[in-house]
Amino acid sequence: MDASKFGAPKRNNYSYGKKMKLIFKNLLVYILLILVGIVLIGPFLWLLSTALKSGSENIFKYPPDLIPNHITLSNFSKVMEAFPFWRYLFNSTVVSIFTVILNTLFCSLAAYPLARINFKGRNIVFLLIISTMIIPFQLLMIPIYILAINLGLQNTYAGMILPHITTAFGIFIIRQGMITIPFELDESAFMDGANRFQIWWRIILPLTKPSIVTLAIFTFVSSWDDFLWPLIITNDQNMYTLPLGVNMLMGTFSSDWRLISAGAIISVIPIIIVFVLLQKYFVNGLKGAIKG
Amino acid sequence: MKHHPLTPLLFLLPGCIILGTFIFYPTINAIWLSFTNYNIVDKPKYVGLENYNQLFHDSMFWYSLYHTIIYLICVVPALVILPIFLAILVNRKIKGIAFFRSVYYIPVVTSIVVVGITWDWLYKDNGLLNYILQLLNLINQPIHWLTSTSTSLIAVMLVTIWKGLGYYMVIYLAGLQSIPDELYEAAEIDGANSWKKTTRIIFPLLMPSILIVSIMSSIAAMKVFEEIYVITGGGPLHSSETLVFYIFKEAFDKLNMGYASAAGVILFLITLALSVANLKILGKENNI
Repeated sequence: MDASKFGAPKRNNYSYGKKMKLIFKNLLVYILLILVGIVLIGPFLWLLSTALKSGSENIFKYPPDLIPNHITLSNFSKVMEAFPFWRYLFNSTVVSIFTVILNTLFCSLAAYPLARINFKGRNIVFLLIISTMIIPFQLLMIPIYILAINLGLQNTYAGMILPHITTAFGIFIIRQGMITIPFELDESAFMDGANRFQIWWRIILPLTKPSIVTLAIFTFVSSWDDFLWPLIITNDQNMYTLPLGVNMLMGTFSSDWRLISAGAIISVIPIIIVFVLLQKYFVNGLKGAIKG
Repeated sequence: MKHHPLTPLLFLLPGCIILGTFIFYPTINAIWLSFTNYNIVDKPKYVGLENYNQLFHDSMFWYSLYHTIIYLICVVPALVILPIFLAILVNRKIKGIAFFRSVYYIPVVTSIVVVGITWDWLYKDNGLLNYILQLLNLINQPIHWLTSTSTSLIAVMLVTIWKGLGYYMVIYLAGLQSIPDELYEAAEIDGANSWKKTTRIIFPLLMPSILIVSIMSSIAAMKVFEEIYVITGGGPLHSSETLVFYIFKEAFDKLNMGYASAAGVILFLITLALSVANLKILGKENNI
């Protein structure tokens, strides 16, 4: 067996036969990679193809036409007129950005004493926080809904943001990142007269950046894609986030699948752009979070 | 290093206020509500164990619990096993591999609503999926994926599996990359083939990741809601209603908040039991 199965070949002095075997094997790997890729991305491409089909084309044709006969963008412009995309995009952006900022801030504040100050009851506090991870939101949604109604948070950004701005997962990840920083750093800063807040802000936070980035990305995706909580806490369409707005498409255009597809495609563009820009953080961040 | 006794408290304060308001208080409140009759308009009225008693005799509750358990039995093994092979597939240093990893992750970052719309379209009677299955001679007649009571749950489970593959693949990838290369080389020298390498080296060393994935995917399966709400709406004829869907309907359609809370408490107890069982069974083997 050669090493290519699990990594790049380390030696170059393969015999001809071995080389052929390697090429064949890599070819097989690429075929497999593409097949899996088709399974995982194909459904979206089919949706895109439907969105690009013109009104004269029968989208229910059987056997289906994989590629549109005449590519048209008219479905996109039509759906943009009927569907307040920008409003939903704005709502989603406000909710996600505030959730990300506050969650990373509160989690890194709370993680600091849990990682770096030896205080009485520290383990109990940490355990209490971690234990909240096993409580399903689906149990809490009823009392939180009642609470939010009583606080007048229905159909507000605050109502969508507040329940998600501190998570046990976030505190855990950032604490893991903070624990690995050498303690001499705090002490020498302390000698120089810095207080705890300054140490946290100037020394610890910059060194915890990878964990913070990971948490920020996770929070962003879960907040951007969140469906259940906005569904419960909003009933005013002006406050709808993108997922709720897109969910309405099915009702609004009932069976015009060209427009439904176009709307769905438009709605994923923002998250796909974020994903493409930050993709290395997505995969590496998750790996780091698990390792930590 | 000394600290003022209030310093840790100040750092913890904002987070603890939020956790207290939106997790601890609601948990206690949910348990309290589960012993009451509450419809939001009138004050909660204490009814003792009446809700639990009623749940016990509610066939719709059992039906939804049954669907949740089917979900668990089918989706969890698929999401524990399939991503291992995906991770092995993408764990190589060849050209373009980063591209494939990213592509496999796209269903994970896409909102469930868009995923739901996408699959709804694929599942049409004369849709692409039936066409491909017929082309491959796997079926003779189109399957009525979402309109038949016998396939609706399967259809939604397939979507959950499809959307989760990339996420768990990355967790396994992290596990694979922590296995030292020397182990593979030693196995090669001993004449191990790929299959032997996979079963004798990779699986045992991946046990910690397998434990994480099995806990995470069990909890996720217990809580499944969005896919069902978007794709089948629980139908046809309740054939794809799960526990959380049932809770949602009782609470927000029928405003039976106390009754729904009792079902929520049961959901919590099952989730807790599952996590403990996972830790006991899989944790013992790796001394975690």
